[in-house]
Amino acid sequence: MLVQAISSFIVSIGFAILFDAPKQSLLKCGLVGMVGWTIYYLLVQRGYEAVMATFIASFSVALISHIFAKKYKAPVIIFTVGGIMPLVPGGTAYDAMKHFVLNQYSIAIELSAQVLLIAGSIALGIVFSEVLNQLYRKMVSRIL
Amino acid sequence: MGKLRIQKNDVSQLCILAGQIMLESGAETYRVEDTMLRIAYAFGVDYAESYVAPTVIIFSIDGGYSTRTEMKRIEKRGTNLNKIALVNQLSREISAGMWTLEEAFERLRAIQRGKIVYPLWLQVIAAGLVSGFCVILFKGSWEDFLPGLIIGSHSYYAFILLDHMTKLKFFSEFTAAILIGVLSHLAIHFGIGHQMDKIVIGSVMPLVPGLLITNAIRDLMAGHLVSGLSKGTEALLTAFAIGSGIAIVLQFIK
Repeated sequence: MLVQAISSFIVSIGFAILFDAPKQSLLKCGLVGMVGWTIYYLLVQRGYEAVMATFIASFSVALISHIFAKKYKAPVIIFTVGGIMPLVPGGTAYDAMKHFVLNQYSIAIELSAQVLLIAGSIALGIVFSEVLNQLYRKMVSRIL
Repeated sequence: MGKLRIQKNDVSQLCILAGQIMLESGAETYRVEDTMLRIAYAFGVDYAESYVAPTVIIFSIDGGYSTRTEMKRIEKRGTNLNKIALVNQLSREISAGMWTLEEAFERLRAIQRGKIVYPLWLQVIAAGLVSGFCVILFKGSWEDFLPGLIIGSHSYYAFILLDHMTKLKFFSEFTAAILIGVLSHLAIHFGIGHQMDKIVIGSVMPLVPGLLITNAIRDLMAGHLVSGLSKGTEALLTAFAIGSGIAIVLQFIK
């Protein structure tokens, strides 16, 4: 568990470096990625489906990114990208391809469908947090 | 009136330069459009309109007596979050009235000339660390950590070199993926690695087009259908290039 958290922290910082993120945002990127992955990991361990776990994790990643973006007055994507990357279903996509190559099409199609669903849930997570952010902004502007 | 016209042209040039830097660095479409409009209004333009797609910027300024529309073709697309943040910061400061037109121009040109924040060796090391720790994240064993780190960093280095030489991104990704496949197989063959699957998955991670995927989603949501679809297609093509590279290697060793 701790190993997973630290690994995801380093992975997110690594991606931030690959994408040329500003130096002062590196640690925050790592933090966002760590929270996202830890949530995903815990949920999967509790027996949640990968799709559901990915959705919740990507939602939290995007939500924290929005908070950071507001606080540090920086574009949201700086924080989102590094955190989303570990959630990308690379392993399942690889398995799907392997079975395509081995001519085991029914398993391959099954795995591809799962890849699509997980990718969709990442998207949905980002969308939900965006909507939440907009609602929050509207509410604040109405109160003020 | 002559002077006013020159000023208007300059504002339009400034906005387009800002948009160009952001788009070439991989910013979301709505952010590019929004920044351009914000800069224009900050310099006292009555009405401005912008349309941005991944390969073009169309920007129009209306100043009462005539409308001026300019188009800018965007040739290259990369990823540079730092430049996006810098232009974003500048546009905030311009909105707050902290910059004159000439100063802002100078600043933008400096941002455009600016190099990447991290030197190549650091990027290669980062790619290696990403690969190594992704092996751990995807439930690989620590024995596969080192092979993942080495193969990941080397293939990323090869990808960057190829990208400089050929200027054809998909081909570079394809070749890098083949390299990953071959090296992973060799690692297993010589007993350095244990699970080929985990090593390959980890090493491939630095090549995955993460920024394109997130941007495509956000663009589609914001109603920028053309940008969203084309970025999604680019991400899909990249994924296809990586996948087919690995698939070819698997075909030979299955």
